[in-house]
Amino acid sequence: MSRAYALNDWYAVADAQVLARGPRRTMLLDQEVTVSGTTDDLRVIDAEGSAYPAQFRYGHVWTSLGDAPRPLFDIPEADEPGRRLVPCGVVRVKCSPLRAVENFLDIAHFPFVHTGILGSEPHTEVAPYKAEIRDDVDEVWATKISFYQPQAAKSAEAGGDTQYLYRVAAPTTAVLYKTCPPKPEAMDVIAIFVQPRTETECDVWPWMALYDDVSAFAGLVQFQQEIFLQDRSILENQRPVKLPLDPKMEIPTRADLTSIAYRRWLKSKGAFYGALTEDA
Amino acid sequence: MSQFTLYDYVLSGNCYKIRLMAGLLNVAYDTVPVDFYPGLEHRGEAMRALNPSGTLPVLVAGELILSETQSMLGWLAASFDRSGMWYPVSDAGLHAQVLQWLGFSARLTASVGAARLNAMLDWPTDIETVRGAARKDLDELEVLLTDRVFAGQTWLVGDGPTIADIACFPYVALSPDAGFEHDGYPAIRNWLYAVRSLPGFVTMPGIHPLHELREAESDG
Ligand SMILES: N[C@H](CCC(=O)N[C@@H](CS)C(=O)NCC(=O)O)C(=O)O
Ligand SMILES: [Fe+2]
Repeated sequence: MSRAYALNDWYAVADAQVLARGPRRTMLLDQEVTVSGTTDDLRVIDAEGSAYPAQFRYGHVWTSLGDAPRPLFDIPEADEPGRRLVPCGVVRVKCSPLRAVENFLDIAHFPFVHTGILGSEPHTEVAPYKAEIRDDVDEVWATKISFYQPQAAKSAEAGGDTQYLYRVAAPTTAVLYKTCPPKPEAMDVIAIFVQPRTETECDVWPWMALYDDVSAFAGLVQFQQEIFLQDRSILENQRPVKLPLDPKMEIPTRADLTSIAYRRWLKSKGAFYGALTEDA
Repeated sequence: MSQFTLYDYVLSGNCYKIRLMAGLLNVAYDTVPVDFYPGLEHRGEAMRALNPSGTLPVLVAGELILSETQSMLGWLAASFDRSGMWYPVSDAGLHAQVLQWLGFSARLTASVGAARLNAMLDWPTDIETVRGAARKDLDELEVLLTDRVFAGQTWLVGDGPTIADIACFPYVALSPDAGFEHDGYPAIRNWLYAVRSLPGFVTMPGIHPLHELREAESDG
């Protein structure tokens, strides 16, 4: 197990609602931590009582266990006026935190797993798009994606082609931008903040920043939860459980362009927590 | 025309019982999504006014307000199944067996259902006790379904599907969400397959459409 790289990243360990209900004792990178306090007076401590830095951002409490945390990534859309910020709770999944991110980046499974919502047969083909590692920002991006969706969002009234843009801001954080049905000139933002409990178990905090003044909050959350829970059983059954980073370790049938870029990027950084590699 | 309103949560196996039964009977209805998780809206004042026990689902049809899935399934079958197959009340023996299984379905909610909420949403529960009960309930079902197979039968009661099957199906089908795989339960697998093949069957997260099941099985 190599936590070296992972220690200096930030992780969501609570949201405002959880925090308001009292202390949350949880696991992060194989270590027990307890989160408590209020959004402007946060406390994260381990089992021995040592304190860790904490900040409240994007509706969640973030902490880092390392000595030299890298800066928390920026999601500028979070501050745009008019967006509804929708935290969707936390879902536990017995899978590698990296597999949870990789699945989030994969479009090809939409028609089969999210049938009638994010995809449908026979519209199964993913048109060519662009995936790249952006060295200037140290992120993975996938752009120029277009895909037919029967119901792209709660707010969608009919099926149509949806434009997508994906962004991996940290090894355990992925953000997607997709056409916003009621506001075609803008894009909705959906992210997953993955809290790695161990290398093979994570708590996933989906979060959205949407333009939708119409849908009830419960409807928005359930739309996202329905989709995410369709993935959960598939994630829990992936083998090997950890994400293979060496090309010869897994037959790349499923692996699409974004996934290949993501795996390369992880490997080049030495981000091996949750990965299966000969280098670790 | 909408026949009732369902106060619904998309991940709830109990709400799914009603969505499934309505699908099988081809009954139209409206839903009101309730923020069960993370909001715990079902325990709030507005929902308690409708259902003091603070659980989902709640079914409202005119003056009628139902908060137990057993009664909802009975009401749906009695109101919309002209064949009388789904709720065989004219035969005392079959009727009693259906009621027996409806009782069993409540045990499944308390065992597999609770283990699942804990595994997925970290829902507070006495996890050791609940997991033990879940294992016991699934083992018991496997034995009873094996007897049915030896008797040349597919369904829990009589020779056709009843509300007993629909009441028990969701948490058995969803047990892998809590880590209880179906591998060691051949009779359960057969029965799940039979339910999934019914015309009008609807899915929920964790229960994939049958074409995927077929693909997964031919791959493995
Ligand atoms: N009223 C029973 C039980 C329903 C039940 O337990 N529903 C769960 C959701 S699947 C619930 O509302 N739990 C309330 C809670 O745990 O707060 C039934 O309809 O079968
Ligand atoms: Fe998915």
